[in-house]
Amino acid sequence: MTDIRADLNGQAGQGDAGFGDYVQLLKPRVMSLVVFTAMVGLLVAPDRLHPIEALASIIFIALGAGASGALNMWWDADIDAVMRRTAKRPVPSGAVQPGEALALGVALSGISVVMLGLAANWVAAGLLAFTIFFYAVIYTMWLKRSTPQNIVIGGAAGAFPPMVGWVAATGSIDLESVLMFALIFMWTPPHFWALALFMNDDYTKVKVPMLTVTHGRKVTRAHILVYTLLLAPLAVGTGFTAIGGPVYLAVAVVLNALFLIGAWRIWRRSEEAAEADKYAVEKKFFALSLAYLFGHFAAILFEGLPLADRVAQIFGLGA
Amino acid sequence: MPIAHEHELHRRRFGRNMGVLLTLAAFVALVFGLTIAKAQRGESVEAFDHTYRTSIDTTLPRTTQGDR
Repeated sequence: MTDIRADLNGQAGQGDAGFGDYVQLLKPRVMSLVVFTAMVGLLVAPDRLHPIEALASIIFIALGAGASGALNMWWDADIDAVMRRTAKRPVPSGAVQPGEALALGVALSGISVVMLGLAANWVAAGLLAFTIFFYAVIYTMWLKRSTPQNIVIGGAAGAFPPMVGWVAATGSIDLESVLMFALIFMWTPPHFWALALFMNDDYTKVKVPMLTVTHGRKVTRAHILVYTLLLAPLAVGTGFTAIGGPVYLAVAVVLNALFLIGAWRIWRRSEEAAEADKYAVEKKFFALSLAYLFGHFAAILFEGLPLADRVAQIFGLGA
Repeated sequence: MPIAHEHELHRRRFGRNMGVLLTLAAFVALVFGLTIAKAQRGESVEAFDHTYRTSIDTTLPRTTQGDR
């Protein structure tokens, strides 16, 4: 009957979402970042997993991230429908029912945690479970709508994947994994506040207390500069640990110099100047922030691969 | 009455079913691969399956442990 009615009306009924709608529910763009950083954490760890175990671990870490994305979309469907950036997401657009998003999020959370425990170890599985809980409950349900520090504390959820990858390989939380965590944790505020500067209208409409809404843009610009100043020594200092090296240091110095210049320019700008060029500097800083994180983790990965030793020998840098 | 016209809805459902099929097939392949990887690690896969085996009884002195 459903088929005939759907044919006559030319409309899809409930539960007729395409496969791609469910994939969108898992926030594939965020997942790609999770896959990359978790893979780096796993590959640069001193202990080695069997390639199949490593592949499975990365897949289940990504699945866990996807599960928390589905739970986020289920909970935030009301405000997603109002915001321009998120209005076309599967739940607010009507493609996927809220109950389906919840069921998928819960089911994938359970599957990803249990399977990571079986593929790697239960410390990594526990950390993944905590990450999902942190993003879905602490950030999405609690912090996001209650404090302007939402993305500062909530940023921890996005910072866990390389640590989970590291723990999957080693079974323990070591200094290097904490540094990778800290790198993403400190990077998140300037990254999101730059976005908030040019997407402020969206957050104002739904009364999400982003710093731009509660304290204004001038304060937000100052916060971006302060966090970037704190991030730079951390990022460069990581170069002197076991996961760093000459290539990482070179990349970190260049990227942090660019990031600091960008943050300085954002801090110096007036709202009039920003509106005149449609937030060109803020948008450029946001794009740079993506390259910044990718560059640092790519350099960590390079240093962790045997290839780095060969290159260091060729250039007479020891190792 | 057979459905003569294939509606966009049917294509979408077919795509969804195919996606689920491929996902499940990939999951089965991954679990199979994991099983092989775990088994290859050199850990003993011998057990007391319905019969007593002196070869894996660690309480016995080594000299009496049969074919070990």
